Amino acid sequence: MSGRGGRTITVDTLARVEGEGALYIKMAGDRVADVKLKIYEPPRLFEAFLRGRHFSEAPDITARICGICPIAYQMSAVHAIERALGIKIAPEVRLLRRLFYCGEWIESHALHVYMLHAPDFLGYADVIEMAKDHGEVVEKALRLKKIGNQIVQLIGGREIHPISAAVGGFHKTPSKRQLRELVSDLEWALEASLETVRWTSTLQFPDFEQDYEFVALRHPEEYPFCEGRLVSNRGVDIDAAEYEDCFTEFHVKHSNALHSMVRGRGSYLVGPLARFNLNFDKLPEVARKAALGVGLKPPVKNLFRSIVVRAVELVFACAEALRIIAEYEPPDAPRVEAPNRTGVGQAITEAPRGILYHRYAIDEHGLIVTAKIVPPTSQNQKRIEDDLREYAAQLAAWPLEEATWKCEQAVRCYDPCISCATHFLRVVIERD
Amino acid sequence: MLIIGCGNLQRGDDGAGIMAVERLRALGIAAEVCAGEASELIGTWSGADDVIVIDAVVTCAPVGAVHVWDGQHPLEYGKSSGSTHGLGVAEAIELARAINCLPERLRVYGIEGKSFGIGSGVSPEVERAVHEVVTRIAAEVNAGQ
Repeated sequence: MSGRGGRTITVDTLARVEGEGALYIKMAGDRVADVKLKIYEPPRLFEAFLRGRHFSEAPDITARICGICPIAYQMSAVHAIERALGIKIAPEVRLLRRLFYCGEWIESHALHVYMLHAPDFLGYADVIEMAKDHGEVVEKALRLKKIGNQIVQLIGGREIHPISAAVGGFHKTPSKRQLRELVSDLEWALEASLETVRWTSTLQFPDFEQDYEFVALRHPEEYPFCEGRLVSNRGVDIDAAEYEDCFTEFHVKHSNALHSMVRGRGSYLVGPLARFNLNFDKLPEVARKAALGVGLKPPVKNLFRSIVVRAVELVFACAEALRIIAEYEPPDAPRVEAPNRTGVGQAITEAPRGILYHRYAIDEHGLIVTAKIVPPTSQNQKRIEDDLREYAAQLAAWPLEEATWKCEQAVRCYDPCISCATHFLRVVIERD
Repeated sequence: MLIIGCGNLQRGDDGAGIMAVERLRALGIAAEVCAGEASELIGTWSGADDVIVIDAVVTCAPVGAVHVWDGQHPLEYGKSSGSTHGLGVAEAIELARAINCLPERLRVYGIEGKSFGIGSGVSPEVERAVHEVVTRIAAEVNAGQ
């Protein structure tokens, strides 16, 4: 490091994120000359794998894109294909899909809040070091995650890469009794999530607010999972079918994942902050009260506070799961038949990390002609670089090692899933 | 005794632990499969007091080498793994030690791998090592019956 002179912040392998990537920041005095989020994990070519396959295979193939959020991939796939085929699912199936998504949010958010993100705020290198001093916190995290896994296993057939989601519904649906068996664990999880909101709100957050364009689904009656219009705080209000008219993807040399931007504008933010800020009024009362109880209300513009927002979403997911289980009646049939027919369909669902867009074109034999998948981390990439440009400038006077550590933490706030986006993390700050 | 095989059959030598489970089951010996993610692993051995975990490892030893580690002694794990959204087997053991969730007896059979490519099969050296591990565990199980 060289005082306030030029320097380079390099994180060669970003830890506690999914996938392989690096961060490179070039400083010229107090000014940030260059920021590159380098995603070097090789392209995964899933869109090409899907071409020529029958649409019924899409939920199983796309589930393989991610071990953390396979349900998001399955849900975006089945909704897009159902739209292409003109299929309407049963209301019971719709509820079950929301419950399925609750399971994924609980396991993903519990993992990120406690195991990946909390060590940054408590000053530990990793969760194992943290567990030596905060064993009870880690035990709570493991139990929460397990409850999320149980929901996924019951509805999806197994915890990782579930197999029951199908175009038109599910291959098999659970009984009322099976779902009711989850209630006592979910009641504990709801209380644990409320404690998590209180606990995360006591952490120390850097003073770093940005003027984000938040983009999330918005549904007239509920906090969004699989349905709604895509909206932003700067006037976006579109149907999923208009996504590619409003957003564009482009290649940058330093990343194997495409960047996204709002056409004619710039970067945007997807994920918990965007959902919370655009849908606060749709949270169930227990989650809204929990947020307000710790002084959290929209707009939240400090990305480091995303740990509290994820905790609020944990409360939502547990409360929503309990509501659905109380109402659940098994559908007459697990799925409606899906005929082979020509069509094009698009869908957006809310993966734990933000919106996930799928588009499929299907031919008269039911074979996929084209597929397009835009994962949340891909959409956040440009925004991560924009954040780092501001944040690294604030850290210009910090010792290089500490500045590097803080920049890596800033990236982790996004809970990036690099494996999904490649189709990424190392940090380098270069100071002259 | 609870036997747990970890890994992924679709990733070359990473399939060693799963392959060992399949062969033990073919011999009539009960064994569980885990992807190797920490919370899943800790949940699987919860309540068991004698546990064997079989997994592929990379320690720079010759391919196909069989390591046996006593879980009561701290294991080394990568502090800055490039992909830690899911914590692995070594991290699971250290996490369990930190929160007092380790089985009373825990042994880790580590099979040295070299090739972890998507869709590739296991190396011949790893296949031989799987056979050796299965033979050793089966002999122990049969001796205990």
